[in-house]
Amino acid sequence: MRWLVGTVAETVPETARAVTLRLDVPAWPGHRAGQHVDVRLTAEDGYAAQRSYSIASPPGADRLELTVDRIDDGEVSPWLTTVADVGDQFELRGPIGGWFVWDGDDIAPVLLVGGGSGVVPLMAMLRHHSASGSTAAMHLVYSARTLADVIYRQALEAMASPHRAVTITLTRESPSDWAGHRGRVDADMLAELGWPPAVQPHCYVCGPTPFVEAAADALVGLGHEAARVRTERFGPTGG
Amino acid sequence: MDTSPLDGNATAGALGELFTFDVTMAVTTCAHCRDTRPIAELRAYARAPGIVMRCPSCDGVQIRFVQSTERAWLDLRGIQILQIPGAT
Repeated sequence: MRWLVGTVAETVPETARAVTLRLDVPAWPGHRAGQHVDVRLTAEDGYAAQRSYSIASPPGADRLELTVDRIDDGEVSPWLTTVADVGDQFELRGPIGGWFVWDGDDIAPVLLVGGGSGVVPLMAMLRHHSASGSTAAMHLVYSARTLADVIYRQALEAMASPHRAVTITLTRESPSDWAGHRGRVDADMLAELGWPPAVQPHCYVCGPTPFVEAAADALVGLGHEAARVRTERFGPTGG
Repeated sequence: MDTSPLDGNATAGALGELFTFDVTMAVTTCAHCRDTRPIAELRAYARAPGIVMRCPSCDGVQIRFVQSTERAWLDLRGIQILQIPGAT
């Protein structure tokens, strides 16, 4: 797979730490919802650093969107989130990964479970669900530390429809009038918000490794077939 | 340093430099415990000079992959069978 050049067309701050980069990638071959790209930055002395980022835009969108969470001691994310500006260019390779994808070719219900910036590939699935007019029931359960850490907050609110639901749970602090959930995603929450295993939903879990292990274990513990619980731990090298 | 593993699907870009298909969709049978699942579901330890991929069932090493600017080394001794979808 060859490296392509992306040009930043727009930057959209999502939270204090996360930024969406809208990119023009002339030879982009198209992608599936849930896939990622590798981004490579090369310094003048030839030193190169490479990281993976999930694609936030749905298949067929005009521009490729990456939402990047800043890792303060990282090598790539600080540049992407604080330096990269309209007109800047960098190398990327993709789309990558045919496993953690939702194509919308059946009507089985879909449970999306995201922690932190693990919401990004799940947002691509929600957007694909919306753009394709899917009638499969899709429910996102999204865990963030505080309301200020919620990525895509307005866009997620606008996503609600008879076939789509979004539940946000705040784990550290929440406003006193917060009407959403509080606390970590656990088996009780997933039993309440998800579907019974007999319905055979597709489950996609994305986030930091401990979050993914806990949520995926809880889903399997509730009786979901392990093969229907697809996971993506952050990576590959953080930052 | 964070040493927690990632999913095998995180290695699709690196392995894609060697294979002409998405190798993370290929299914391995673990040589240690015979567990059978897609490479995307293996535990990938990628925060190192190379990539080590372990079986989520028995923790045995299935794949080791190291790349330099001139060549790559791929050790598959932990895989008994590799099933490649669509290869007929």
